[in-house]
Amino acid sequence: MQTLTLSQVTKAFGGTIALADASLNVAPGERVALLGHNGAGKSTMMKIILGLIPADDGDVEIVGAKPGSHAARAVTAYLPENVAFHPSLTGLEQIRFYLRLRGEDPRLAKSLLDRLGLGSAASRRIGTYSKGMRQRVGIAQALIGKPRLLVLDEPTSGLDPVSRREVYEILDQLAEEGAGILLSSHALTEVEARTDRIAILSKGVMVANDSLSNLRRRAALPIQLQVTARPDAVDEVAQRLAGTRMNGARVDLTCRDDEKLNRLGQIAELGQMIEDLEVVPPSLEDLYTHFSRRPVQ
Amino acid sequence: MTRTMAAANSEFCISLRNRWVAIAVVLMALFSFVLSAAGSAPTGQLGADKLSITVASLTSLAVYLVPLVALLMAFDAVAGEIERGTLSLMLTYPVSRAEILVGKFVAHLGILALALAVGYSIAAAVAIWYDPQASDGIPALIRLFWSSLLLGATFLALGYAISAVARRPGAAAGLAIALWLVAIVLYDLALLSALVADTNGAFTKQVFPWLIVANPADAFRLYNLSASEATMAVTGIGGAANTIPSSQALASMVIWPVVAFCLAIAAFRRVVP
Repeated sequence: MQTLTLSQVTKAFGGTIALADASLNVAPGERVALLGHNGAGKSTMMKIILGLIPADDGDVEIVGAKPGSHAARAVTAYLPENVAFHPSLTGLEQIRFYLRLRGEDPRLAKSLLDRLGLGSAASRRIGTYSKGMRQRVGIAQALIGKPRLLVLDEPTSGLDPVSRREVYEILDQLAEEGAGILLSSHALTEVEARTDRIAILSKGVMVANDSLSNLRRRAALPIQLQVTARPDAVDEVAQRLAGTRMNGARVDLTCRDDEKLNRLGQIAELGQMIEDLEVVPPSLEDLYTHFSRRPVQ
Repeated sequence: MTRTMAAANSEFCISLRNRWVAIAVVLMALFSFVLSAAGSAPTGQLGADKLSITVASLTSLAVYLVPLVALLMAFDAVAGEIERGTLSLMLTYPVSRAEILVGKFVAHLGILALALAVGYSIAAAVAIWYDPQASDGIPALIRLFWSSLLLGATFLALGYAISAVARRPGAAAGLAIALWLVAIVLYDLALLSALVADTNGAFTKQVFPWLIVANPADAFRLYNLSASEATMAVTGIGGAANTIPSSQALASMVIWPVVAFCLAIAAFRRVVP
C-alpha cells in the first residue's frame, strides 16, 4: 500500500487555481522532494494532505485513510514552515506536550532533544532560542511516535550546513525504517543528494514527477565538458574541439547527452595536450528552471 | 482525556511564566483585603455580620474584575496559536479542536479559581478576625466563589470565541476590551438611564427584568445580592431588580457558560489554519 496517494487533486481559492489535477504518490521508505516557486501550490498541497483544508476535487489517501481523519493524523507528522513555538515554554515542556498529544511517554522528550543537539538548551525558554534551534524543536516534534508519513515544509531552513546534514541523516534513518517522506525545499543541492524522487509544481500544475536521472534524460539539457589543456596547447585544443576558451588553460564544450561519448572520444584522441577533464551534468537548478518554465502540457 | 490534560498543563505553564497566575492572585488578594478591611465599619447600622457586608462589596468588585481577568487570559488562546503557526501543527495531531479548547479552559478556570480562593479566603479571615459572628457569612462567600467561577467561565469562553473570530492577537485584545466595556459598564449605564426615563412604565416592568437576567454579569450581581438581604443598598440595579426571582438569575448564570462555550467551539471550528 502506498503511504500517500494524491490523485487529480484540484483546489481553488476564490477564482485562483492553487492546484490543478495534481497527482503524487509516496511509497513506504521513499523520500520525495516537492519543488516549486513561492505560490506554486506546495503549501496548499501539504495542507490538503494533512486535512487542514479540503480539496475541491480529487482523492487523497494516507495509508488508506482519509486526510484529517483520526487514523490519518495518528500516522502523519508535520513540520510547518517557519514554525515558532510559545516563547514562554522550554524546549522540554514543548516536546513533552507534543508527546502527550500523541499518547507517548513524555519522558522521551529529553532523548528527542538530545538527538537534535538541543540537550543543553532543553530547559531554556524557546524565546531565547535561535531560528535554527527553533527549527530543530520543530523537527524533534515531527519524529514523535514513529510516523508512517512525514510532511516537512522547508525542514532545513535556518540550519547551518552541519545541522542540515544531521537532519538528512535522521530522515534517511526514518526512511530506512519504512516512513514515506514528502519535503519541500529551496536548497536544491541538498535535495539532489538526499531524495529519491523529485516533483515540481508550477502554478498548481505538477510539471515533473520522477527520479533525478529520468528528469535529466527527459529534459535533455546540454552537458558541459570542461577540458583543461596544457598551457602551450590551449589554442589548438580549442580549435580542434570547436570549444570556447575560458580562463587561461580551460576549454568549455557543451553537448547533448547522446553525443557525450563521441565528444569524450574526440577529447581522448588529443592525448598529451589534455591535462584534465570535468563532466558537468545539468544541475537540479537547471532542471528545475527547465520544468517550471515549460508551458503546461 | 490525556490530550485535554496535556493542553491544560501546557497552558498553565504558559500562564505561570507570563505571570498571569501571579497577577490574578495578587489582584484578587489585594482587592479582597482592602474591601474586607474597609467593610468593617457599617456593621452596626445594617445588623448583618461583617462577612456578609464584605461579600456584598466583593460582589461589586468581582463583577468588574472576574470578566476582565478572564478575557485577558482568553483573548490570545486561538489568535496567538494562529500567529505562531502552532495551530496548524496542533491540528495535525490526533486531537480534536474541542479537546484543545477544553484543555485551555480547564487551565484558565483553574487559575481563576486559585486567585478567587486566595482572595476570598483573605476576606473571610479578615472579617472573622474582627468579628467572630462573621462565620455566619461563610455560605454567602461560598456562593460568591462558585458563582464567580461561573461568571469567569462565561467570559473565558466568550474570550475564546473572540480570539477565534479575530484571528490576530491585537484585534482579539481590542475586541475583548470592547466586550468588557459594553457588557459590564455600558450595559448597566444604558439600563439605568432607560429606567430613569421610564419610571414605572412598561419598559421597567416588562422588559427590564429580562434584560438584567440576560446579561451574565448582572445575573451574577443580582443572584449574590438578592441572596443576601443585607446588601440592597449597595447598588441601584439590585434595588430596581428585586422583583426578579433569584432562580432566574441562577439559570442565566448556568446557561451562559454552556452557550458561550458552544459559541467558542463553533467559532474555533470555522478557523482555517
